[in-house]
Amino acid sequence: MTQHASPDLQNSLPSSLPRPAGELAELERAWKPASGWRFFSRVNNTQIGVLYIATALIFFVLAGVLALIMRTQLAVPDNTLVSPQLYNQLFTMHGTVMMFLFAIPVVEAIAVYMLPNMLGARDMPFPRLGAYAYWAYAFGGTAFFMTIFFGVAPDGGWFMYPPLTSHYSAGLGADWYLLGIGFIEISAIAGAIELIIGVLFTRAPGMALGKMPIFAWAMLITALMIVFAFPAVIAGTTLLELERSLDWPFFIAERGGDPILWQHLFWFFGHPEVYIIFLPAAGLVTMMITTLARTPLVGYRAIVLALLATGFFGFAVWAHHMLTAGLGMLEMMLISAASFAVSVPAAIQIFSWLATLWQGRLRITGAALFLLGFFFIFVLGGLTGVMVAVLPFNWQVHDTYFIVAHLHYVLIGGMVFPVFAALYHWTPLLNGHVLSERLARWIFGLMFLGFNVAFFPMHISGLLGMPRRVYTYSAGLGLDGLNLVSTIGAFMLAAGVALFVFDALRTWFRAETENSNPWQASTLEWAGNEEYGVRSIPEIDSRDPLWTRASMVKEIEAGQHWLPGTTSGRRETLMTSPRAARPRHLLILTGDSWWPITAAAGTAGFFLLLTVKMVLPAFVCGVIAMVAIVVWLWETDPTPRTATVNAADNRPRLRVGGVGVQTHSWWAMVILVIVDATICASFAFAHVHVSLMSDVCPPSGSRLPSLWFDLVSIAGWIVAALAMEAARRWEIGRDSTLSRVGLCAVIAAALLSSLLAFAFNAWGHLDAGLEPKANAWSATIMTLVSFQGLHVIVVALMAAYLVGRLISGRLRPNARATLDNTVLFWQYTAVQGVLTIAAIQMLPRLIG
Amino acid sequence: MLQPATTSAATTLEIASVLGIGAVAIFVGVMGLLVAALIRRRGQPANAALWVAGGGIAFPIVVLSALLAYSTARGLQLQRPSAEALIIEVSGVQWWWEVRYRDPLTGREIRSANEVRLPVGRAVTLGLTSADVIHSFWVPALGGKVDMVPGRVNQLGVEVAQPGVYRGVCAEFCGDQHAKMALHVVAVAPDEFDRWLTAQAAPAVAPGSSAAENGQRLFTELRCNACHSVRGITNGPRNAPDLTHVASRLYIGAGELPTQRDAFARWIADIQHIKPGARMPAYGHLDQESLMALAAFLDGLK
Repeated sequence: MTQHASPDLQNSLPSSLPRPAGELAELERAWKPASGWRFFSRVNNTQIGVLYIATALIFFVLAGVLALIMRTQLAVPDNTLVSPQLYNQLFTMHGTVMMFLFAIPVVEAIAVYMLPNMLGARDMPFPRLGAYAYWAYAFGGTAFFMTIFFGVAPDGGWFMYPPLTSHYSAGLGADWYLLGIGFIEISAIAGAIELIIGVLFTRAPGMALGKMPIFAWAMLITALMIVFAFPAVIAGTTLLELERSLDWPFFIAERGGDPILWQHLFWFFGHPEVYIIFLPAAGLVTMMITTLARTPLVGYRAIVLALLATGFFGFAVWAHHMLTAGLGMLEMMLISAASFAVSVPAAIQIFSWLATLWQGRLRITGAALFLLGFFFIFVLGGLTGVMVAVLPFNWQVHDTYFIVAHLHYVLIGGMVFPVFAALYHWTPLLNGHVLSERLARWIFGLMFLGFNVAFFPMHISGLLGMPRRVYTYSAGLGLDGLNLVSTIGAFMLAAGVALFVFDALRTWFRAETENSNPWQASTLEWAGNEEYGVRSIPEIDSRDPLWTRASMVKEIEAGQHWLPGTTSGRRETLMTSPRAARPRHLLILTGDSWWPITAAAGTAGFFLLLTVKMVLPAFVCGVIAMVAIVVWLWETDPTPRTATVNAADNRPRLRVGGVGVQTHSWWAMVILVIVDATICASFAFAHVHVSLMSDVCPPSGSRLPSLWFDLVSIAGWIVAALAMEAARRWEIGRDSTLSRVGLCAVIAAALLSSLLAFAFNAWGHLDAGLEPKANAWSATIMTLVSFQGLHVIVVALMAAYLVGRLISGRLRPNARATLDNTVLFWQYTAVQGVLTIAAIQMLPRLIG
Repeated sequence: MLQPATTSAATTLEIASVLGIGAVAIFVGVMGLLVAALIRRRGQPANAALWVAGGGIAFPIVVLSALLAYSTARGLQLQRPSAEALIIEVSGVQWWWEVRYRDPLTGREIRSANEVRLPVGRAVTLGLTSADVIHSFWVPALGGKVDMVPGRVNQLGVEVAQPGVYRGVCAEFCGDQHAKMALHVVAVAPDEFDRWLTAQAAPAVAPGSSAAENGQRLFTELRCNACHSVRGITNGPRNAPDLTHVASRLYIGAGELPTQRDAFARWIADIQHIKPGARMPAYGHLDQESLMALAAFLDGLK
């Protein structure tokens, strides 16, 4: 496929030489990271990314140590090294920390660190949000891990099935889990917003969707999966915490609830979760294979389609984790067939990689060794996965060590090995050095052999009848030798990791040197510097810009492309159109700030103190977080000082900041609204599920609110939505007091209408005697009503903030994102209100 | 699962073998392609259509379709719960199994624990539920597992082909002693089963020695009967295994110790060391004579 240079690039580069004196110095000054103790206020993706990766790797080692203790306990039968209670905390923490504090964060972290550079952007689109997400994860994750030292770690498994984890788990363990992973949920969603906006809107000019690095596609699809998957676990954990603390019986069969409801919510998240973990790794594999085999990717489009198909169909197969729970035969057969189908996209990727290796010639580096290890281990794991999708076989091996083997083959093979390969491959971006190739062979050998020695025998012990999550097993069942071998393998694997840590520490802390692109890679992250990426944002016209244009790196360094300096004295990058990446406007990015870490500390404090029931200190922390967020927000949506700037001498002037639907914050709000709607849909699913399960609906003793309350309520929401529409169409910028007062009045009217709408709905339920503890039906209704109430509080705060912006003169025709985003959220709240009211009223009538 | 005792388990083993052989073959093939790709000298560009469409799409679709057809066809031949079957109810409790039969003569419920006896060659339906958290009933030699969910009754159809003793475990994490929640299924000839059921329906055997009489007295004095039923002496409590015919079972303690007099004594005195966290307290303070009296009493409950 020939690649044509764009006509612009043929004629002239974006910026002419010689560059003005002092331009580079200005640029470097704007991007200079805060030093000394101000280190904690840094927000640039390069610095946050490094912290993020390091923190995730620390959790990997910690969770691995927990596993070593478990394996030591299991080395011999009837062992008494570890009590059953401690063992149950160990395996719960191992799983939870690995899945929530290592697996997702490490792939997000690598994206935070590297994706902007690959795209030619200088930072993530919302740097402070990224910093906040990292610090919330760091504080929350650390506090969560500490629970094992105090004996209060959760002990119900990482999947936390009720009723064991609700009324049969006294003590704080389960609460630590539920509130503790709240951070990870926030972090992940913030990350997803950044990734989607970043990939769609901040690519280098000319980097059309079909020319993006595969890692960008992988992260875009992963982020979209996060948007639809995480809300289910957010809803589920909320319900479980409400059941534990307020006795609302969602999962209690005697009161109309259903333990299987939790399983549906958890696994609707849980299965996409493993693809959220795998797809980024697959993206990294693609990039490393093309570079190390020195040939363009074979089947780029096929891989993109495969990633999309995996992301989509990954949502269809959650119930294959529940095939022994008592689902209907027809449902189970469909799930089994879907689980087969979802392996086809994986096969497409594998054969594309094989074809690329066939076409090129793989250079054996440390990274390449781990890629080969990935192939072996992941393909084996994928094949056992297809086996497990066969129903009769599943019914035998589910919840046995066969599954433990399968999951570790696909997760360690499919993610850990690619991540280690990536660490080897991209270490030069950090400080110009490479990890030791000689030690790499030892490390790989120990890890690869250790892994297989540890986990292959588990297939057999599972087939011999060893169930999961057991602190010991009896002698004489044929399991002794297999477990001992597994333990030996585990320590070999650990030795390999320890050797890697040694090499990594001594390499990563070395003084910076020039990054020489030692593997002669083709993508833009190799053309930047260690601090902020590229000196000038290149115009590109191929998938492998550094290969197709020999002078590209020199041109970038010389400042001959876009934004070779800073037009405003601040940090800047380009907003480009989603499909063809045509430059749209200049995006001014924020510099280092103390507010994100403060807000993160406040958020962490809020959740953690609430867990130990120190309610007043918790709310103080919550207030601190909110104040920090408001101050941080106040600096957003600034009025541009000039309308256009010269971002490139030989190109048209660029507008500063977008308007309306062109702003990056509007799209961020769209994604947030989708997350919100998915949470609400999950709560609604819970309501529908328990309604369908009861013999009569509403259950005896409960009744629906009288229709009049709800009709008034619906009317109130419609009025509120219309009022906010009027606000959106208001002519901003007329500097008359009357105009400003008018807009305030419209906002106040919307708020009053919203409050009345909610009040009437709540009154109707109270009038009908709604008692959430009575049965699951009432509890789910109360949850939906409370969720709407939370939205009412949020729109009230937004209204106050908006009026503040208006009065202080910060709402302008070219700085109206605050207004547009508020209107979007408010109108969504109104729609949510109307739909939930209608659904609650109509469902019993439809069921009949 | 590698020693099937029912046609369901045998079919599943056959399916597993097919899957295993197929998986190994595909694995070897893919690894072979990898090795070939690595050692190949640079030549012509790869034929993307052949690799991607052939290997990545056509090949898996063909194989998976065949697998789907085969596994569905064989899967439909597995035992299904039937209405004419003998019904035995099993409830999972933290960390033991309550087993309930129906007396064919009177229709009354016969409660037992930790051991399921059933007739060879006859269709049996197990009605599975839970008294507390989610458990899972799994006897690999008989077939796949079925979860025991509170508020639901899941059914498992079983028809054992040959007599034998088959070990099972709880296969859904259910708390502290999930690891030590085992059970045994004992398949016997149909007439032997009928005799056994009649004996189980009868109340407890009277104590046959002075030690056992002592033991029966202690059983009430020490309030064992607050949790355990022994029909004819104490009939009521259900929050612990029914002991009416405990000595007729092969194991005590949910598959933990083979049934014999000394085992009873050990269990009563030392349970919290054998199964720490179990709901029964240890009676380690009892003197040896009392322990042996209780053991004699329990060992006589055949």
